[in-house]
Amino acid sequence: MNLLRACTFLLLFLAAPAWAGDRITIAAAADLKFALEEIVFAFRQAHPADQVETIYGSSGKFHTQIQQGAPFDLYFSADIAYPRLLEKEGLAASPVRPYAFGRIVLWSASRDARKLTLADLADPSIRKIAIANPRHAPYGKRAEEALRSVGLWEKVKDRLVMGENIAQTAQYVQSGNADVGIIALSLALNKELAAKGGYALIDDKLHAPLEQGFIVTRRAAGNTLAKQFADYMGSPEARRIMVRYGFVLPGEAAGK
Amino acid sequence: MPSPSDWSAIWLTLKLASVTTAILLLIGTPIAWWLARTRSWWKGPVGAVVALPIVLPPTVLGFYLLVAMGPNGPVGQFTQWAGIGLLPFTFTGLVIASVFYSMPFVVQPIQNAFEAIGERPLEVAATLRATPLDAFFSVAVPLAKPGFLTASILGFAHTVGEFGVVLMIGGNIPDKTRVVSVQIYDHVEALEYTQAHWLSAGMVVFSFVVLLALYTLNPTGRKK
Repeated sequence: MNLLRACTFLLLFLAAPAWAGDRITIAAAADLKFALEEIVFAFRQAHPADQVETIYGSSGKFHTQIQQGAPFDLYFSADIAYPRLLEKEGLAASPVRPYAFGRIVLWSASRDARKLTLADLADPSIRKIAIANPRHAPYGKRAEEALRSVGLWEKVKDRLVMGENIAQTAQYVQSGNADVGIIALSLALNKELAAKGGYALIDDKLHAPLEQGFIVTRRAAGNTLAKQFADYMGSPEARRIMVRYGFVLPGEAAGK
Repeated sequence: MPSPSDWSAIWLTLKLASVTTAILLLIGTPIAWWLARTRSWWKGPVGAVVALPIVLPPTVLGFYLLVAMGPNGPVGQFTQWAGIGLLPFTFTGLVIASVFYSMPFVVQPIQNAFEAIGERPLEVAATLRATPLDAFFSVAVPLAKPGFLTASILGFAHTVGEFGVVLMIGGNIPDKTRVVSVQIYDHVEALEYTQAHWLSAGMVVFSFVVLLALYTLNPTGRKK
């Protein structure tokens, strides 16, 4: 009987919500990992009782999961096309809001990448080049476009390794398994990555713009906290953090 | 219809599973033999190490392999010194990962089969002046045939079903590391559901046929 009582207690304990306020879950593209973490931290100063959970992954995967009813209240995509698709399917509770333009950079953990250019990738001593998978990762698509623009795609194709999302791509480089990677500026500016090798910005005229957008999902239509967070993205504090991580904000031409 | 890149993923997966199963039969058989017959204190620890991949999440294996085979890891340093280069993102790297990953599925059925033979047939062979090696090949191996069959099918099938480890150390390279499970994942992420359906349905049929073969060819396998 003691065991039964212990089990009952455990179940009640596990089932009881550990928070008193509201709660939102954000699905965000992997390039936002560090920037959004800071924004959420700042947001929670004003909402100490509420829970904000963030999950990072590839934009395409989240799109599919939300289509299939995943419990995400906000969806930050690295490619604005995905939330637009959801909006068309009636799965959005807010208009698609553009929140930033991403930039791609050359980054390395094993060599000085600060003076690296795309042309240098032709050098055969660079044995493995990591990019995100161009088939579904926005940053990978832009990396492919940039490599094609400079006429290098065919030359480097056999040396490419592809990450499932941009964070895994950075991890391939960080662990030294790839010599150079084309990753998001927002990741290269993170302290841990910035301490190694440095980075070189890739001219954004070489690829289509990395326009990023977010929506409040249909399931969060009545969720005040979700709406508050969406509005907070336009606040000076959130914008300052985004700029610090190398994002170009809509309506601003900085960083060119 | 499956695209050319789907076919190349299917071919690569079959190649990976065949090579892995062949290697595992070669190195798994002596391990299984030793585990089945030893009275050493080491039997427990060695058996536990062999069985680890059943319990461990593939991410643990993937993470350690990536670090160990990377330029700063012990395996990576050795392969660079030996002039092979680095193993992550290569077919060889995937084979090594799969050998670890599928090891228990090959070793355990063979071990069970060897244990089921017992001492007696081997003692009889010895009185007939068979050398231990001769007794192993002409008595133990034929008697353990059902175990070898189960081991081959399970080892092959389990390698085909690998995903997490490949995703972590594969790098998604066509014809080298882009196996069927990864290809399906890419189709789904790229919203190519028709393509994903072709491959996924193919996997369901394949897996069913494999298990059906296992249960009909080898009915004794169920009685253990």
